[in-house]
Amino acid sequence: MPPLAVHADGLRKHYPGSPAPALAGVDLTVPPGTVHGLLGPNGAGKTTAVRILATLLRADAGRAEIDGIDVAARPADVRRRIGLVGQYAAIDEVLDGRRNLVMFGRLLHLSPADARRRAEQLLERFALVEAADRPVSGYSGGMRRRLDIAVAMILAPAVLFLDEPTTGLDPRGRAEVWSAVRALVASGTTVLLTTQYLDEADQLAARISVLAAPRGAGGRVVAEGTPDELRARIGGDRIEVVVRRPDDLAAAAAVVSRVAGTDADVDADLRRVAAPVPDRMAALGATLAGLAGAGVAVEDLAVRRPTLDEVFLRLTDRAEVGA
Amino acid sequence: MSTAAPIPAPDVAPVPAPGSPLRWALADTATLAGRQLAHLRARPGEVAGAVGFPILLLLMFVYLLGGMMDAPGGDYRQALSPGLFTMTMLFGLSATMIGVLTDAQRGITDRFRSLPMSAGAVLAGRAVADMVVSALALAVLLGAALLVGWRPTGGPWSAAAAVGLLLLLRFSLLWVGIWLGLVARGPGALTAVQTFEFPFAFLSGVFVAPVTMPAVLGAVAEWNPLSSTAAAARELFGNPGWEGGGWVAQHAIAMAVLWPVVIVGVFAPLAVRRYRRMSR
Ligand SMILES: Nc1ncnc2c1ncn2[C@@H]1O[C@H](COP(=O)(O)OP(=O)(O)OP(=O)(O)O)[C@@H](O)[C@H]1O
Ligand SMILES: [Mg+2]
Repeated sequence: MPPLAVHADGLRKHYPGSPAPALAGVDLTVPPGTVHGLLGPNGAGKTTAVRILATLLRADAGRAEIDGIDVAARPADVRRRIGLVGQYAAIDEVLDGRRNLVMFGRLLHLSPADARRRAEQLLERFALVEAADRPVSGYSGGMRRRLDIAVAMILAPAVLFLDEPTTGLDPRGRAEVWSAVRALVASGTTVLLTTQYLDEADQLAARISVLAAPRGAGGRVVAEGTPDELRARIGGDRIEVVVRRPDDLAAAAAVVSRVAGTDADVDADLRRVAAPVPDRMAALGATLAGLAGAGVAVEDLAVRRPTLDEVFLRLTDRAEVGA
Repeated sequence: MSTAAPIPAPDVAPVPAPGSPLRWALADTATLAGRQLAHLRARPGEVAGAVGFPILLLLMFVYLLGGMMDAPGGDYRQALSPGLFTMTMLFGLSATMIGVLTDAQRGITDRFRSLPMSAGAVLAGRAVADMVVSALALAVLLGAALLVGWRPTGGPWSAAAAVGLLLLLRFSLLWVGIWLGLVARGPGALTAVQTFEFPFAFLSGVFVAPVTMPAVLGAVAEWNPLSSTAAAARELFGNPGWEGGGWVAQHAIAMAVLWPVVIVGVFAPLAVRRYRRMSR
């Protein structure tokens, strides 16, 4: 069996002089050839985790391996296998786009001819051909970001770290980044992606680790699974009833609570009653019948899956209150 | 994946060329030095400023302040010019520091650190480029000094030795600049260093004889490494120097070699260590 592309076990980090630890025991397992999403609110420790895995920062405790190679013991070997796109674009502002790509190609030990050829390919792929001869200082945020990612893809690394790669990009820029990431994965690269956009994790990631730092106690993984598993974890489908008359709210809440077997959430402003239900079709029929029996005028009735945003807020909120 | 997206064609990336670690260390150094020199070409204004400032000082001293100076040999230009050359080498310190600090803050240093490249190449690339720039700046300043009437009389070999000592001083300050750039937390530290450069130059024998200063300051000025280099340069260029002075002043050339060696011996290991410890 091939080694895991990324394996972290109990990573801890406390920045000197900082009041609380940044990471309080983070575990990650990413099989090769997949995209893994690392999802978390500001300050959860995503960047810290990525920097440790990319050999830029030493963990206080725990161990991490890339392709089975220990990041602390053999950083040089790890660096030969990784690409890193940090949260803030790390390219040369003064040089133009093409010179940046050629320079980093040379620093990755490509021959001069290969470095130039690869630069042209990547300029093309990231729609930077027209800007190729302009200094990067005149690029838009999105162009910078794309160049930054292009640099990380020069060698098709075994493992690519992307720290919030599409923050600040317009929809077209995001789509370009996503398609570039998919192309890399198709050629065998493993991607560890941090993001605050859940649809991005949903689009790209096979599995997601949700990172949270409850009450400054340090980042830890509060949930892990496929996007669908995470949805299921917070109760699967939800039934929602919107009543026509505010007076009917109590009656509707009684019906929905009975069907769901748990107390329904009532939102008086929206005239809405909602509750998680185990079996969507049965719940739909029973609720309709119950509401008709109680004489409640219904404006809208729906069973829907929670969005990943709801999952995310639930999971991190739960961590915040210490549940 | 909730939305099916077309799987794009796999990416075919090139593979690194073979080569010994030493060969790549040299190639990386050249690539990084080339990067910095390309910066100069892209920003000629900055170069003009860096070279122009010492020339401006030269003109100011010669044409505006020269009259009030009591110069050995009667012609202030002869004693002043080697001092200005020395001070220009000192200004290189903050130039190096700016470069190192900017790269660290922009995340470029982190990207370099994530590449399979030796730490030595990153520092050596900076050293090579900064030395090239300083050598050019010194050449231009030497030319300007000749134009306003400075005359070296020590012969070509002595003059070459003087230039060598000036660049040796610059080389030692380079490591101080790298170290400062790596330990600095923000632009505040840079301003502090720039602010102290001038007083540091004036608290030396660069412009006046230390014996004319109050006792304690004079002693400090005499031991200032800039004093030794300036005195050695005057001696080798065949320009008149300050009268008097103690043991250090009498052994200017030896001290102008010794000081830089000591500074490199202290600050180069500090800089390398600091670079290696960025991961803490
Ligand atoms: N260099 C540092 N020195 C001290 N504390 C730090 C440092 N870097 C990060 N921290 C702290 O560590 C914690 C985790 O930070 P980190 O940058 O890893 O979070 P993040 O999940 O990447 O956040 P964001 O979404 O804002 O990028 C935060 O509380 C932060 O203040
Ligand atoms: Mg971050």
